[in-house]
Amino acid sequence: MKDAFGLPQSLLVLGGTSEIALATARRLIARRTRTVWLAGRPSPGLDEAAGQLRGLGADVRTVAFDALDPAAHEDALGKVFAEGDIDMVLLAFGTLGDQAHDERDPNAAVRVAQTNYTGAVSAGLVCAGALQTQGHGSLVVLSSVAGERARRANFIYGSSKAGLDAFAQGLGDALHGTGVHVMVVRPGFVRTRMTAGLPEAPLATTPEAVAAAVELGLRRRAETVWVPGALRMVMSALRHLPRGVFRRLPV
Amino acid sequence: MAADTVPVTGWGRTAPTAARLIRPRTYGEAALAVRDCGARGGIARGLGRAYGDAAQNAGGAVLDMTGLDRVHAIDADGGTVLCDAGVSLHRLMQVLLPLGWFVPVTPGTRYVTVGGAIGADIHGKNHHVSGSFSRHVLSLELLTADGDVRTVVPGTPLFEATAGGMGLTGVILTATVRLQPVQTSLMSVDTERANDLDDLMARLADTDHRYRYSVAWIDLLARGRATGRAVLTRGDHAPLDALPPGTRARRDPLSFRTSRLPAAPSFLPEGLLSRTTVGLFNELWYRRAPRARTGQLQRIPAFFHPLDGVPHWNRVYGPGGFVQYQFVVGHGREDALRRIVRRISERRCPSFLAVLKRFGEADPGWLSFPVPGWTLALDIPAALPGLAGFLDELDEEVAGAGGRVYLAKDSRLRPELLAAMYPRLADFRALRAELDPRAVFTSDLSRRLHL
Ligand SMILES: Cc1cc2nc3c(=O)[nH]c(=O)nc-3n(C[C@H](O)[C@H](O)[C@H](O)COP(=O)(O)OP(=O)(O)OC[C@H]3O[C@@H](n4cnc5c(N)ncnc54)[C@H](O)[C@@H]3O)c2cc1C
Ligand SMILES: NC(=O)c1ccc[n+]([C@@H]2O[C@H](COP(=O)([O-])OP(=O)(O)OC[C@H]3O[C@@H](n4cnc5c(N)ncnc54)[C@H](OP(=O)(O)O)[C@@H]3O)[C@@H](O)[C@H]2O)c1
Repeated sequence: MKDAFGLPQSLLVLGGTSEIALATARRLIARRTRTVWLAGRPSPGLDEAAGQLRGLGADVRTVAFDALDPAAHEDALGKVFAEGDIDMVLLAFGTLGDQAHDERDPNAAVRVAQTNYTGAVSAGLVCAGALQTQGHGSLVVLSSVAGERARRANFIYGSSKAGLDAFAQGLGDALHGTGVHVMVVRPGFVRTRMTAGLPEAPLATTPEAVAAAVELGLRRRAETVWVPGALRMVMSALRHLPRGVFRRLPV
Repeated sequence: MAADTVPVTGWGRTAPTAARLIRPRTYGEAALAVRDCGARGGIARGLGRAYGDAAQNAGGAVLDMTGLDRVHAIDADGGTVLCDAGVSLHRLMQVLLPLGWFVPVTPGTRYVTVGGAIGADIHGKNHHVSGSFSRHVLSLELLTADGDVRTVVPGTPLFEATAGGMGLTGVILTATVRLQPVQTSLMSVDTERANDLDDLMARLADTDHRYRYSVAWIDLLARGRATGRAVLTRGDHAPLDALPPGTRARRDPLSFRTSRLPAAPSFLPEGLLSRTTVGLFNELWYRRAPRARTGQLQRIPAFFHPLDGVPHWNRVYGPGGFVQYQFVVGHGREDALRRIVRRISERRCPSFLAVLKRFGEADPGWLSFPVPGWTLALDIPAALPGLAGFLDELDEEVAGAGGRVYLAKDSRLRPELLAAMYPRLADFRALRAELDPRAVFTSDLSRRLHL
C-alpha cells in the first residue's frame, strides 16, 4: 500500500533498464519500496539492473516484456499482479529513434510509434485494469515535452509522445474516483543514454531530478509533472508561438 | 443493502482507495456481506475517525456499521448498556446522561462508534485512572470469518486480540459496556500553565493522581527556554453541590447540550496552516489560558471535544490532508520524549496544539496502544516537505526507547518496526491465521503493515 505520502511499497517498472526508471526505483527503495518488478526485453542489462537494486535491499524480480508485442502484455503483466498488489507502475519504456534515418525508412518510424504509443496503450490498459481491480495504485507515465508541440527535429518521436500523453491524460480522467491515480511526467532533456551524443537542450536535467519530481508528484497526487518545473511556463509560451516563428526556432 | 464503489479515506484524508461500501441494517445483512465480500476481503468501518487507513480496504468491501445503531438495553441501576457496535458515543451520551451515567472512556471526539472504540481500544483523558475502553467492555458479539457469531468475554485470547485488533478479528455487532456514574453533566476543571516541558512533566507526575481526567495542550512551536510550554486542563465530573443553587444548571443538572458551528467548506487551499498562522494561534491559546484557575464549570463538549464544534474541521488542512503522529514512551524514558519534543520544535512543524498525557497501566489488548508512560499526539500537514523522512527518524527514537506509535492514527509507519513496538504481534498474527486463514478481514492498514 502507498502511505500517507504516496510512497509505494511495491513497484513495477515497464522498461526495466531505463535510466530514469532506475533512478526513481533507487529513490523509492530508500523510502518504502521493498518489492520491485523490472519488466523489459531480456538482456544482461536487465539482470544487472535487478542486481543493483537488490544490492539496495529490495526484493527484485524481472519479467520478459516487449512493447512491440502487445498480444503478450496481458499474460506477462497479469502474472506480476497475480503475485501481489502493485502500488505503482512506472511506464518508462520508449525509444527516440533516429529522425533523419526514420524519415527515409517508414518501417523504422512505425516502430518508434508502436513502441512509444501503441505499446503504451496496450500495457497502460492492462495495468489500469489490474490497478482498478486492486482499488488503488499510481500509474506514472513518462511522457515528454517533445509531445507538447511537435518539432521539425524530432516529430516522429514527438508525435508518438503526443499520442501517449493524450492517452494517459484521458486514462487518468477515466480512472478518476476508482482509487487509481495516473500521473503524466513530462521531462525535458534528461542526460541518459537515450540522449547521449545529442547537443544538450536548455534546462537539461538528470534522472535523479526526474526521480525527485516523481516522489513529490506522488505526495501531491499530481496529475501532471514537468521536470524541471520551469518547463511548464516555457512550454506554455512555446505552445502559443505562431507556426512560422516556431518553425525557425533553433530548439 | 446498497453497495457502491467509492473512494474512502481516514480522517486525515490521505491515501484514498476505492472499495464497495456496504451498509448492513441487520446482523443477517452483515453476515451476508462478510460471506460475499470476495477475494479482497472486507473490513468494518465506524465513523471513519481513525486518521489513517485502518477502516479502508482497497478493491474489497468496507462495512459501514453506522446502520446498526440500536441501543438495546440500559441497566440504569447497575450502570451498563447493551448496544449495537454502530452506535456513536455522542448518541450514548445523549441517552445516558439524563439517567446519570457517562461513557467510561471518551476520546477527543464524540463521533466515534462503540465498534471503533473497541477496535482501536481507545483511551481518554482518564487513562491513568480508568484504562482503555475495552477494560469496560463486559462482553461483545463478534461476527467471525466463518460466519459464526461468537460471544466474546474479557480474559480470553479472542477478546484480547479483538480489543485494539483494528477490526481484523471480525465484525463487532454488539457490546455490553460498564458506565461511569455522574451527578451532573458538567465538568469541574482546573487549569494551569507550565513554562516548559520539564515543568509540565513535573506537574503531571506530581498531581495527576488527584484528577480523574488530565491532559496538557503543548505548544510545539515554542522554542528555546519555552520549549514544551503547555496548558494543563484537569478535572472531574462536577458533583451536584458544585452547581450554584437557583441556576438553570442546578435545576436540570443532567441535561446534555451541544452546539455545532457550520461545517468547514469542502474545498480549502493548501497552506492555510503555515508556521506563522499556527504559531500565532498557539501563542494566543497559551496567553489566553489562566496561569492557574480551579473549579471552573465546563460543559462536556468544551472539556472533552472542543474540535467537534466545527464539523469537518479536517478540511482545514486542504486537499493534501494531514498526518497525526502519536507515540508513547515508557516511564524512565523521559530523555526520549525530551529529544523528540526538541526536534519537533526545532524543525518548526506547523502543528496545532499537540496533546501530552501520562498513561496508566497497560491494557490487555495484544495490539492496544497504551503502556505506562508519556504519550504525545500532534497533527502535521502531509504536504510539509521532508515530513516522511522526519517521522521515520522519530519512529527510530520511539522504537529505540521501547515505545510505539498508535495504529488508529498511523498512515505511514515502516512495517519493519512494528514487531519491536508491539511484542504481542506474533500472537496476533497466529490467532488470525487460525481464525481467518483466508484473510477475509483485510484493510489497507493490514496490507501496509502486514498485520
Ligand atoms: C478529533 C479526534 C480526536 C481523537 N482523540 C482520540 C483520543 O483521545 N484517544 C484515542 O484513543 N483515539 C482518539 N481518536 C481516534 C479515534 O478514537 C479512533 O480512531 C476510533 O477508532 C474511531 O472510531 P470510528 O467509529 O470512527 O472507527 P473507524 O475510524 O471507522 O475505524 C477504526 C478501526 O476500528 C475498526 N472498527 C470500527 N467499527 C468496528 C466494528 N463494528 N467491528 C470491528 N471493528 C471495527 C475499524 O476496522 C478500524 O480498524 C481521535 C480521533 C479524532 C478524529
Ligand atoms: N532522456 C530524455 O531526455 C527523456 C526526456 C523525456 C522523456 N523521456 C522518456 O523517458 C523514458 C525513459 O527514458 P530514459 O532516458 O531512461 O532512456 P533509456 O535509459 O534509454 O530507457 C529506455 C527504455 O525503454 C526500453 N525499451 C525500448 N524499446 C522497448 C521495447 N520494444 N520493449 C520494452 N522496452 C523497450 C529500453 O529497454 P532495452 O534495455 O531493452 O533497450 C529501456 O529500458 C522514455 O519513455 C523516454 O522517452 C526521456
